[in-house]
Amino acid sequence: MTATTKPPSALVALTRNNTFLGFMFLLPAAVFLLCFLTYPLGLGVWLGFTDAKIGRDGVFIGLDNYKALASDSVFWMAVYNTVLYTFIASVLKFGLGLWLALILNENLPFKSFFRAIILLPWVVPTVLSALAFWWIYDAQFSILSWSLIKLGLIDTPINFLGDPNNARASVIAANVWRGIPFVAISLLAGLQTIPQSLHEAASLDGATGWQRFRFITLPMLTPIIAVVMTFSVLFTFTDFQLIYVLTKGGPVNATHLMATLSFQRGIPGGQLGEGAAIAVAMIPFLLASILFSFFGLQRRKWQQGGQD
Amino acid sequence: MSISEQTNTQTLTDDAQGMSYLNRLPRRIVVLYLPLAVFIIVLLFPFYWMAITAVKPNSQLTDYNNYSPFWVVGPTLDHIKYLLFETSYPGWLWNTLVVSVCATVLSLAASVFAAYAIERIRFKGSRSVGLLIFLAYLVPPSILFIPLAVIVFKFGIYDSKLALIFTYPTFLIPFCTWLLMGYFRSIPFELEESALVDGASRWQILVRVILPLAVPGLISAGIFAFTLSWNEFIYALTFIQSSENKTVPVGVLTELVRGDVFEWGSLMAGALFGSLPVVILYSFFVDYYVSSMTGAVKE
Repeated sequence: MTATTKPPSALVALTRNNTFLGFMFLLPAAVFLLCFLTYPLGLGVWLGFTDAKIGRDGVFIGLDNYKALASDSVFWMAVYNTVLYTFIASVLKFGLGLWLALILNENLPFKSFFRAIILLPWVVPTVLSALAFWWIYDAQFSILSWSLIKLGLIDTPINFLGDPNNARASVIAANVWRGIPFVAISLLAGLQTIPQSLHEAASLDGATGWQRFRFITLPMLTPIIAVVMTFSVLFTFTDFQLIYVLTKGGPVNATHLMATLSFQRGIPGGQLGEGAAIAVAMIPFLLASILFSFFGLQRRKWQQGGQD
Repeated sequence: MSISEQTNTQTLTDDAQGMSYLNRLPRRIVVLYLPLAVFIIVLLFPFYWMAITAVKPNSQLTDYNNYSPFWVVGPTLDHIKYLLFETSYPGWLWNTLVVSVCATVLSLAASVFAAYAIERIRFKGSRSVGLLIFLAYLVPPSILFIPLAVIVFKFGIYDSKLALIFTYPTFLIPFCTWLLMGYFRSIPFELEESALVDGASRWQILVRVILPLAVPGLISAGIFAFTLSWNEFIYALTFIQSSENKTVPVGVLTELVRGDVFEWGSLMAGALFGSLPVVILYSFFVDYYVSSMTGAVKE
């Protein structure tokens, strides 16, 4: 090369600057996320401190919304329901999902076919499958009640959605139904990375089936369990659709979750400020589960011998 | 990371059969096939019930004494006809399709650039941007819909498809970016380096080298994003008021359910037809779908 080569123009120099390039490439995604995610998140926190109503900008009223909520028995009922719903549904999803994953991890005929149809409840829109559950839970013509009566187990139809405790159990069952496939298929992916040779070595050493599960499968699976269950808890905690379709929070507010209560107060009720305050009250729980997920991920890298 | 990938491929190619051949048949039936059958029946029964209700004549629908509820005598298409010709259902299907396709395309485009920038351009702070994207994925719609309703209203796109097309990317972009980052990471650096040496610009590298190699990732992300937007409910419920702009889940719930007399037949037909498009798409791309679902968890 001779010395006559022109120095690159400013524009070319700019396109070779990684920081500038990275910024340009990130711009579309960043604009979207700032406008429709970060800004609303901040606006939501602000709205929680105002008395905004639909069609009227609110004024700052400090902690009044939260004070009102603190003495609101419906709100505390919703908190109680949310925690109960999340806890019971997550435990059931984990137990049943792990069981199903272990079954699918065996040598079965038509394994991929089974795997495919098992995911269906997760693929189908929740609202639409919830409608099917609504019909299954019908007070008069429930197919479940009918079957149980025919089997001679009960005498009168079960009032699935009309009684508070029945309604809670029913929505939890529907949520578990929808959540099992996600847990099972994700855990199955984790199970398939556990080498069979470990199991063979352990059984040569005289380990029983339970011991192999307890000391090989479970420890190897822990990192994925942590992540899967964090997601599952997150989705369950912020669930809205199932309750909205099945009970709309009823009977007499007994099955409201925080999300449905926030919707009811905020949108049909018009109290945007109060609705936003309820939504903000969910954030501490979300942070707790995100931290849980973060440390789960960290531990996984360390276990696999990777850095950082 | 490379070490773990190596061990992963090793275990995947480990062709040991496992020890299940040691279990004899009766034991396998009790331990495996029976629970599996129960799981499958429970997981699929609501769909069966949905389908059978959709074709049952009204006279059989609630008459469990004379007709077995589990079967249908003389199936009818009345409910489906009613749904397709006397309600706005076809319009809702069309709306859902338009919104899902637009939101997916928009999110994919933005995510490809973002993921490439984070994973390969490696500007200052790219790692923390990656973490922020992951955190954005964890922000649930149910705490955003109230402020978003205010914003959508101020932008003047309330009660239009645009409201949904612009808000769905809030959960699609983080997901797609996260997934594509994983795919881009698996493409060898050397390919890019040799393209750079040959004088390709960043743009050319992305379009000619990276994207063709990341097609499976794009399909996975696209399918999953489409399904997520098809299934979305809370934004569509909040931002859409008029019947002609509703999506299928919202339309079926708010317009087909009226009063105390439920028309279960057409309601179930609506649920069935609203599910079919995603189920068909899913059945063609099961592996992509599964890989994107587990990929988002594993990465």
